[in-house]
Amino acid sequence: MAQTPSLAEESGSTPFSSSQSITLRIARYNPQHDSAKSFMEFQVPYEKWTTVLEAILEVKKHFDHSVAVRYSCRQATCGSCGMIINGKPRLACFTKISELNSNVITVEPMNNFPIIRDLAVKFERLFDTHHKIKPYLIRDDTEITTNTKEFLQTPEELEQYIQFSNCIKCGLCNSACPTMATDSSFVGPQALAQAYRYVADSRDKGKDNRLKIIDDSHGIWRCHFAGSCSQVCPKGVDPAMGIQLLRGYMLGFRS
Amino acid sequence: MTNQDENKEGIGGMINPRRYGIERVAYLLMRLSGLGLLAYFIGHIYETSSILKGQIGWNAFLAITQTNAGHAILAIVIAMCVFHTVNGIRVMLGHGGVGVGKPARPDYPYIPASQNIRHKMGIYSAIILAAIAMMYGLAVMFGE
Ligand code: HEM
Ligand code: SF4
Ligand code: FES
Repeated sequence: MAQTPSLAEESGSTPFSSSQSITLRIARYNPQHDSAKSFMEFQVPYEKWTTVLEAILEVKKHFDHSVAVRYSCRQATCGSCGMIINGKPRLACFTKISELNSNVITVEPMNNFPIIRDLAVKFERLFDTHHKIKPYLIRDDTEITTNTKEFLQTPEELEQYIQFSNCIKCGLCNSACPTMATDSSFVGPQALAQAYRYVADSRDKGKDNRLKIIDDSHGIWRCHFAGSCSQVCPKGVDPAMGIQLLRGYMLGFRS
Repeated sequence: MTNQDENKEGIGGMINPRRYGIERVAYLLMRLSGLGLLAYFIGHIYETSSILKGQIGWNAFLAITQTNAGHAILAIVIAMCVFHTVNGIRVMLGHGGVGVGKPARPDYPYIPASQNIRHKMGIYSAIILAAIAMMYGLAVMFGE
């Protein structure tokens, strides 16, 4: 470009110069006036590195600004942009168009979550169930009152739970779970994996307390170890492993 | 909240075996075989109770299992029984935290350790053993 780009141009996404394009089908639904979901189709140019989120933002910029989508970090860290992409729950910012190997890309709101509008879903229940399992260290003393001023851990102790602390609360696991598909009261893989994260932490003393919370008719026993949660998790959390290890404690297989 | 509100996938989503690999196929087969065995079990009690009607009643009922349809149903029952038992042992071990991998710092592309080859082999073994048992059953029943 000969001229210095204007501020408006600069602040936008990189203009796509590619000759390749895909058909992006976006689910549109406003629970306040629509009786059913409908799809709008857009031709969107893309590069090898273009993500599905960038394609959606391209649509918002050039074709239809009213498409509702939630995002923030654009780097698989905030957990906002989960949606069903070509049939499976994925993060839009962490899924490249080129990796989907399809000329048509369909984006829909995540299943098993109430729809706010279009691609944005409500996370209240996810946060409630997350909160329910007490996602913090439980113990009587505090770091301030102990002599050492910190609770020491060996690298091996850290290894026990660090994988599970990667959870970004994106909800993809809850969307893939077959129990979640029919049971509105199920605590869900996200919260159960977090229960394991704290139970397995050597600094935590709330194991009995937490196991009691998940030992419920809509708690851990509703998990059938289908493993879909682990297959869709974008952070390698492996909720299915955490849940079975947790159940191992409860059944007395592990201590 | 109603079903529509939560946009739940429902039973169709729950039983869909196409999206999440062999584990979800096993999940579906486990449910179907469990329910199938339950139905067979109830039918079996009913059938064997016909002995209360004496030998004639018993023989009349037994004749049903000698028909082609009877043989086919029994073959399916054999397959369900073998799959449900073998996969049931795998699932019970998994539920106890056996063979689901060890927690470790994950590296991209994040292959989940719980979806490992041991469990996949367990599922394939259950399916193959069920098929072999069913074929053996068919050979015995139709080979008379
Ligand atoms: C040695 C024999 C058996 C073993 C090891 C076994 C094991 C299991 C296990 C582990 C489950 C739970 C599966 C899950 O969590 O998804 C299950 C479910 C079930 N089983 Fe069995 N089972 C056996 C025999 C039977 C028999 C004889 C019947 C019928 C009378 C039966 C009926 C069922 C039913 C109805 C379910 C529920 C299905 C579901 O919710 O997915 N099982 N079995
Ligand atoms: S466990 Fe994985 S899929 Fe589930 S909410 Fe956390 S990061 Fe997302
Ligand atoms: S935008 Fe933050 S996870 Fe995708």
